[in-house]
Amino acid sequence: MSEPVTPLGGAVHEGAARVAEMPRRGMITLRGDLGDPAFSEAVAEVAGLALPGRGRVSAEGETRLGWMSPDELILMLPAPDVAAVLDRLAGALGGVHHLAVEVTDARALFAVSGEPAAVRESLAKLAPVDFSPAAFEPGTFRRSRLAQVPAAFWCEPDGSFGVMCFRSVAEYVFKALSVSAASDGRVGMF
Amino acid sequence: MLLLECPYCGVAGEETEFHGGGEAHLKRHGPESSDADFEGYLFHRENPKGVHLERWRHVNGCGKWFHAARCTRTLEVFGTYTAQCSEPPQEIRDKISAKRPGWTWREFS
Repeated sequence: MSEPVTPLGGAVHEGAARVAEMPRRGMITLRGDLGDPAFSEAVAEVAGLALPGRGRVSAEGETRLGWMSPDELILMLPAPDVAAVLDRLAGALGGVHHLAVEVTDARALFAVSGEPAAVRESLAKLAPVDFSPAAFEPGTFRRSRLAQVPAAFWCEPDGSFGVMCFRSVAEYVFKALSVSAASDGRVGMF
Repeated sequence: MLLLECPYCGVAGEETEFHGGGEAHLKRHGPESSDADFEGYLFHRENPKGVHLERWRHVNGCGKWFHAARCTRTLEVFGTYTAQCSEPPQEIRDKISAKRPGWTWREFS
């Protein structure tokens, strides 16, 4: 069996903010009727997290459950647990119309951390999204575009940000974030 | 620059997050229809200066299709509503009427 690797091998950029590829983290995309308690309660129980409301993400330890669309969630969890969780989901959702697929190696994840204003500024330069602390608080989850590619962002409980994009554009996103977070690139917006 | 609110996400995003999908509420005329109806379905489109109803997709977001009522002259957006509507809801019509009394668009007013 070949060794799974992240797209950029843990690349890091230190600038006004720190941009780092996250260590490999398991991801499961879930689709179903979020308004159906049979689906939402089963997912919440298996994930061990409250079901996030519209545009929110639930967090506990290494696990994240993010709201992607009215019928889609993304579950992030430690990579070794994916197979077991998929089994438990299949059991808990037996008879409920749903889809649960592992997308661990189809997505790339980045963490943008450091001085809060610099972190928000680095992202705000690339996405048409209001990153002010009042509008984008911890627990907010938002899909949009990052420069020219689709991406999702969320604010962690500690105020740092997570960024998710397709694996095929991981290098583009990392370079775009690195330029945006350059140490002499502050504009003092937040 | 258009500012649209996706009725599914509740996200108010700017134009580049969305993609236009042409005119709204087209009635399909397929097999068994008259040539004139089929031609109208395929080719005849509204091109108003003023109130217009369109389809949009939240392409860099939840991916859902929805409808938007806007003004082509001022780029003012009167409101957005879900794709499950075969005609503009009364609430949207009222909003348009408040700003553009006497408006008409195809069979709607």
